[in-house]
Amino acid sequence: MNGSDPRGGPRPFSVPPSVADGARSRLGENWVGFVTTVRREVHRVLRIWPQTLLPPVITTSLYFIIFGPVLGNRIGEMEGFSYLQYVTPGLVMMAVLINSYQNVVSSLFGAKFQHHIEEMLVSPMSGQAILLGFAVGGVFRGLAIGAIVTMVSLLFVDLPVAHPLLTIAVAVLTSVAFAFGGFINAMVARNFDDISIVPTFVLTPLTMLGGVFYSVSLLGEPWRTVSYANPILYMVNAFRYGLLGESDIPIGIAFAVLLVFIVGFYAAAIRMLRRGVGMRS
Amino acid sequence: MPPKPAPPALRIRGLRKTYKNGVEALQGVDLDVAQGEFYGLLGPNGAGKSTTIGIVTSLVNRSAGSIEVFGVDTENDPGGAKRLIGIVPQELNLNQFEKPLHIVAQQAGYYGIPWREARERAAECLQWMGLWDKRTVMARSLSGGMKRRLMIARALVHGPRLLILDEPTAGVDIEIRRATWELLEQINASGTTIILTTHYLEEAEQLCRRIAIIDRGRIVQDTDTRSLLQQLATETFVLDPVEPIAEIPDLPDFAPRLRADGSIEVEHARGSSLNELFQVLDRAGVRIASMRNKANRLEELFLRLVEHHPEVRP
Repeated sequence: MNGSDPRGGPRPFSVPPSVADGARSRLGENWVGFVTTVRREVHRVLRIWPQTLLPPVITTSLYFIIFGPVLGNRIGEMEGFSYLQYVTPGLVMMAVLINSYQNVVSSLFGAKFQHHIEEMLVSPMSGQAILLGFAVGGVFRGLAIGAIVTMVSLLFVDLPVAHPLLTIAVAVLTSVAFAFGGFINAMVARNFDDISIVPTFVLTPLTMLGGVFYSVSLLGEPWRTVSYANPILYMVNAFRYGLLGESDIPIGIAFAVLLVFIVGFYAAAIRMLRRGVGMRS
Repeated sequence: MPPKPAPPALRIRGLRKTYKNGVEALQGVDLDVAQGEFYGLLGPNGAGKSTTIGIVTSLVNRSAGSIEVFGVDTENDPGGAKRLIGIVPQELNLNQFEKPLHIVAQQAGYYGIPWREARERAAECLQWMGLWDKRTVMARSLSGGMKRRLMIARALVHGPRLLILDEPTAGVDIEIRRATWELLEQINASGTTIILTTHYLEEAEQLCRRIAIIDRGRIVQDTDTRSLLQQLATETFVLDPVEPIAEIPDLPDFAPRLRADGSIEVEHARGSSLNELFQVLDRAGVRIASMRNKANRLEELFLRLVEHHPEVRP
């Protein structure tokens, strides 16, 4: 069964040197495992770009057309900005968070479904390296789509950037939080229905009601107070503040909410990985 | 002070697994596999083979018991134990949308091997398996035999000292099966300990120097292959008459049976002579055109062992 060597002649069989003989540190080993996972995930996003990158760009472009030339002028200004300027940060953030989530949930569940997640589970990679590898793949897709959608928006509207660093920080942190969330969803999912329930019945409604299309100051009670229980409201408003300098909520609280979600999701995912939830019988 | 003896490649003590539905898949498995061994783990469906392997490779959680791989406890140092193990599972678990070169190189990466070296190792493994020409096609387009070989390449890329193969030749044609046997013998000859589970008992008889038989979650036999086969007291032969016969002659010592195709099946005690059989047949005017061994010897023994261990039945 020995194959021929393209550099000449058949190769005699010998098992490769054992990694157990090497002097690699656990940290170094996990770092390489993490980088390998990131490379695989990024490659996946780029390989199937008609599924991963194109659809959200088309969908969001339709929003720009509807809320710009078609409806925007009739709606008028909101908080001192044109309506399209006002909704653009929310539309970008909506694309970032949903795609970060969906990338991880579909990739990890696909790996579970085809059982090739076992490649990682039988290896010495730590749970942290596995989680972070998948999450960075989700963050890559979320931010890539966020950047593309932002560029598309510039075809329709002038977009100021009041606080560039804060804008980037909010986008990255939101993306991380939802990537971790997608990881947890994929771990507990048993079939394809389970990975579409959260995006359809939780994320989309919360995003639509999270101040993407309106300011919560326009709402009467009790809906205004109820809206403050929606975590996506804080993320959308923090991002809007970064771009427009305008927000319905204090930025410090928005960052606190983001950090609570990141730490909470991370801790839950690691604990579930250690117990092998959805991975080991 | 005498040198410390080398630890076994695999030591299992008191391994138990009870699934959430209450099924006791393992009821206290003890197993020792010496370094360099080619070890067969046989058992009927649901006997506990895959559960045992799943626990050793950390894909299944144990309920009780301990496992050491080359002296490394899989509970205390799971990473250290995992570095020593390569696994070829029963079920195809390849990413069907990846290329073989990437699949094998990524596996090396998960073991901490940097990308450049990982690609070199992957290239070598694919060449050994005769998959170099297929390195850039999608895994889903490979034939069943190629996918099996790709899984072996993937399991070898980090240089495991213990290679575990769960039904590696299931569903492949005889040519590929023979080629896989040859490859496994080479891997074992290079110093890698191999544990093989298989339904093909001919495979176990051909390859394994030591065999354990597991049934209902317990080891019912664990010995070297030769000793195991010596336990078999009789062999079954099939005799093909030159002309069809309506009735078999009186052969009380051979428990004869007329088969549907007209051949005669006889049981023969090991060590006794077959001459008497042919003399009786000759006297009865039955001429024999050919004779063959009915079944794989190990298969017969396996069935007897599994059937005659009522103590492991619930």
